[in-house]
Amino acid sequence: MKRLLMLLTAAAFVFSLQSAAAEPVKIGMITTLSTKAAYLGEDIRDGFQLAIDQEGGKLGGIDVELLVEDDGRKPEKAKQIAERYMKKDGVKIMTGIVFSNVAIAVVPKVVRDGVVYLSANAGPSKLAGKGCNENYFSVSYQNDNIDEVVGQFVNDSEHQSVHLIAPNYPAGKDHLAGFKRYFKKDISAEVYTQLGQSDYAAEIAAIRAAKPDAVFFFLPGGMGVSFIKQYAQAGLSEEIPLYGPAFSFDERLLKAVGPVALGVKNGSQWTHDLDNPANKQFVAAYIEKYGRTPTLYASQGYDTARLIGSALKAVQGNIDDLGAVKQALKKAEFDSVRGKFSFGTNQHPVQDLYIREVIKTDDGQYTNRTIQKVFENHVDAYAAECEM
Amino acid sequence: MILLVEQLLNGLQLGITLFLMSAGLTLVFGIMQVINLAHGSFYMIGAYVGATVAAATGSFILALAGALGAAGVAGMAVEILVLRQLYKRDHLDQVLATFGLIFFFNEMTRIIWGKQPLFMDIPTWLKGNIELLPGLIYPVYRLAVIVVGAVVALLLWYLFSRTRLGMQIRAGASNRDMVSALGVNIKLLYTLVFGLGTLLAGLAGVMAGQIFAVESGMGESILILTFVVIVIGGIGSVRGAVVGALLVGLVDTLGRAFLPTLFRTFLSSSYADSVGASLASMSIYIVMAAVLIWKPRGLFPSHH
Repeated sequence: MKRLLMLLTAAAFVFSLQSAAAEPVKIGMITTLSTKAAYLGEDIRDGFQLAIDQEGGKLGGIDVELLVEDDGRKPEKAKQIAERYMKKDGVKIMTGIVFSNVAIAVVPKVVRDGVVYLSANAGPSKLAGKGCNENYFSVSYQNDNIDEVVGQFVNDSEHQSVHLIAPNYPAGKDHLAGFKRYFKKDISAEVYTQLGQSDYAAEIAAIRAAKPDAVFFFLPGGMGVSFIKQYAQAGLSEEIPLYGPAFSFDERLLKAVGPVALGVKNGSQWTHDLDNPANKQFVAAYIEKYGRTPTLYASQGYDTARLIGSALKAVQGNIDDLGAVKQALKKAEFDSVRGKFSFGTNQHPVQDLYIREVIKTDDGQYTNRTIQKVFENHVDAYAAECEM
Repeated sequence: MILLVEQLLNGLQLGITLFLMSAGLTLVFGIMQVINLAHGSFYMIGAYVGATVAAATGSFILALAGALGAAGVAGMAVEILVLRQLYKRDHLDQVLATFGLIFFFNEMTRIIWGKQPLFMDIPTWLKGNIELLPGLIYPVYRLAVIVVGAVVALLLWYLFSRTRLGMQIRAGASNRDMVSALGVNIKLLYTLVFGLGTLLAGLAGVMAGQIFAVESGMGESILILTFVVIVIGGIGSVRGAVVGALLVGLVDTLGRAFLPTLFRTFLSSSYADSVGASLASMSIYIVMAAVLIWKPRGLFPSHH
């Protein structure tokens, strides 16, 4: 009887050992899949999933299990999901948060608890400078990057004065600050609108009266759709050109504003027409799988997955040694769809930034075309404040 | 000066859109004693159906007809299926039920139309700008919105004070049981009133769809302003809705347009921009508070 029990115990041990070896690496994705911003999270998830599917359920040759939860754009809800991932699922790698305010609520806590967090979108300045952490990587950008590139481009152009417009909340001010960092000429006015505003008639009338050479706006989501439509309807698009960060010009929003946004120049770190093998392969595979052109969010999700793959490969799936995982992540040895990719001292991307233009394709779709590389190996403004 | 006139027109146009929304809401509340939080959903339905019909047929008139029909029918269906069960209950139950309807309709638009906003542009014959005064260029479409709103206000006035149906509705508002005893089909009357209210919301939605983003949840942002309008105007009063809507439209627009400039005369410019913007977004609530202190039941309280 005793012998039998011993044998059984031994068998159970072996069994548990085996199952431990076969246990896939869990990756916890917290993202926004409901509310009107749902398509952002959907694209990040789909880009990420594509990378896993291309390897047949693995990343870097290691079995992975992607857990996806919807944060509903609410910081409290995202916190609860993170807590559950850590306590119940034992997740060591997290990603996916779309919005900066959600990221600020979740990231400092999880990285303190020994989770590696890789941002596939939000890159708030708070987490790039003094608040940087060795467990936190931004694979997308530091938020300001996308405005800085437009600031530099407009500064180099013939425009002498620019009218700025953004919603009256912290991210609105950050984005305008990013633009102003590289635009050194005259700013005719800096207008802050209500968050969620849909009627911009008053602001547009003021622009018409002020007669600036150009307008730079940061109005994410539906606010941007409303603004661009009304701006074109007021007949100003021909007289005073619009500029903005990529957020109002992804292929999904262009379905809602395409005809009136034609020709608008915007800043981004990626476009589907970038000429490199990794990107060509990604764009073709994404269109084939999902039947739509990838947005920059999808590209960020894909890059994040492949970066994780490169690290898992380097540590052969052993994520108990987080130090080694981080070492491997920091090397960023993967073929980014952006061409080249590396991390700076604060573990944010050092990357090229581009200006692109909204165009209409031959089959009647609206999309972007890269027209100029403005920054080469651009480092964000907060890297120097990061002590790591 | 030109800028002031232009901003006044902008305020008027915003006010008209708000009027179309609040007229329906205030009617339903005044006559049926029901708080309908889902009123914004019918605005959204108007915009979505309008955008879909416009994309499929290319005709603005058909889009308008489709949107009005859809919003009206959806409204009557909601009245029959949901609200009829709630007339005898207290306001909290009505608020909870109609609040639930908001989620239902938002999710439904996402399931039917997908997650990204839809495109809807002004028809060519309403495109472009006209010079109203030397130097005052104004979009034709926004003028058209003002005209439509004014016509609707006149029609509503006529309906309520000059027709038999209007008389029955007013009678139903003061004493439901008595009107019913006199042989008027009050159930049908309520359904019609509710349908009329949601139809007006649909009209506001389809007209706003040309200038605003057509997206899931678009009704909520305007719903808050609508409630401010009916609180200022007096709950249940169409006349109050007209005055309240114009007041809110003008105060909001003029505040956004001129407060930052005003503050810049005595504050440093970046500080002025931020203080001015914050105060501008508060301005309508300040007006609402002031009106409530002066007239606690709103400017034109209904008589009961």
